[in-house]
Amino acid sequence: MKRHFDEELKKLNTDILKMATLAEEAIFKSIEALKNRDKELAQSVIHEDKKIDELELTVEETAIDLLALKQPLARDLRFITTGMKINAELERIADLAVNIAQRVLEIADKPILKPLIDIPKLTDIARKMVKEVIDAFVNSDENLAKKVILSDSEADNLRNLIQEELINDYMSKDASTATRAVPLLLIARHLERICDHATNIAEDVIYMVQAKVVKHHPEKLKNNK
Amino acid sequence: MDINQIKIKVEGVNFYYGSKQALRDIALDIYKNKVTAIIGPSGCGKSTFIRLFNRMNDLIPGARFEGKILIDGNNIYDPKLDVVDLRRSVGMVFQKPNPFPKSIYENVAYGLSINGIRDKGYIADKVDKSLKDAALYSEVKNRLSDNALALSGGQQQRLCIARALAVEPEVLLMDEPASALDPTATLKIEELIHELKKKYTIIIVTHNMQQAARISDYTAFFMMGELIEYDITSKIFTKPSKKITEDYITGRFG
Repeated sequence: MKRHFDEELKKLNTDILKMATLAEEAIFKSIEALKNRDKELAQSVIHEDKKIDELELTVEETAIDLLALKQPLARDLRFITTGMKINAELERIADLAVNIAQRVLEIADKPILKPLIDIPKLTDIARKMVKEVIDAFVNSDENLAKKVILSDSEADNLRNLIQEELINDYMSKDASTATRAVPLLLIARHLERICDHATNIAEDVIYMVQAKVVKHHPEKLKNNK
Repeated sequence: MDINQIKIKVEGVNFYYGSKQALRDIALDIYKNKVTAIIGPSGCGKSTFIRLFNRMNDLIPGARFEGKILIDGNNIYDPKLDVVDLRRSVGMVFQKPNPFPKSIYENVAYGLSINGIRDKGYIADKVDKSLKDAALYSEVKNRLSDNALALSGGQQQRLCIARALAVEPEVLLMDEPASALDPTATLKIEELIHELKKKYTIIIVTHNMQQAARISDYTAFFMMGELIEYDITSKIFTKPSKKITEDYITGRFG
């Protein structure tokens, strides 16, 4: 039977996708700003975060209204509650892109410390994780969500690598590089946190699709049916 | 809030059953093509209130009305007004489906024939259209001459809605239209209400607060004959302005 309610769920879905697109764009732009030392672009990431914040509130309000007015159950309930969590995660992801943009502003006028190799790699992983996890949400694809969760360790390893290199090859040898190395180290940390948020979303998607809690129970990912 | 057109204006309404005052100084605007739900505890005056709009309360001995109700600017309590005309433009659906013990077809055609319409082709078209608008047509199209009482409760209720629609009302009053129905039939009526509001202005009384939340655009909360709060439905159910409304909708009452 056709339900009027489905139209409203679709609207919530569309708004969450819009959030995801904006968040992904913010990551991309903040790293482009880093590569090109583009202060204007970094500023625009900071500025455009307002849009994402507003959309977050809209999604939240829509979800609360649906919970209060439509008394959703089972699959509908899981979709709306998961949507609310994903909404919050995406807003945090966008905030981390803002943090990256702020680091870019700190170093943009300073001489280049080293060519960027691993940070762009980590960026690719982060963007791919965000993109894939949103695809998993849209298509209710728990296998893709699992794949996202498993790629988080790759991000952690790369972050550690970046950190070690910056500390051992630069800061330990010449403390004066710290003002340029620390922002890079923080950027790596911000990117790795973005991957963590993508992982949280993936766990939420699995809950939504399978009604199974994998959060804090990584072993459940392996022995799935 | 979107721009709404006022369909009905209620001004300074008091209503008495003999010496007992059932409604106190009610004033509100009902918006065109919206669903307005009236909620409140038993005896709060919500059924009395909805029956003012087609002057059903006129039939009760000792009942007395004060105030004004304007539909499209016309006072429906004007002594010169033809009550039969009023009831044609303000249709009503009751709690228990009450089809006539006649065929499905005759149930819907009845209002037209008592209004003096004789054109059989017109009546047949109108019956089809009303049954379609009431989302019943596909279920009964091959059995229009069957007795209406052979239909299920949910179908009977949709038939009563079709019967009300046949005479082309502008306002539909619904007094607990789904309270005697099972959840599936209830959902069908609720979906139907979403469709009907495109053409009609709907006022619905319901005991079921969740139903009011699901289907209405505006909600009026009544208590002991007074209008306590009237607002957009999402506001009433997520952040009501009055504590007493909040206590009622969250079940903290009394």
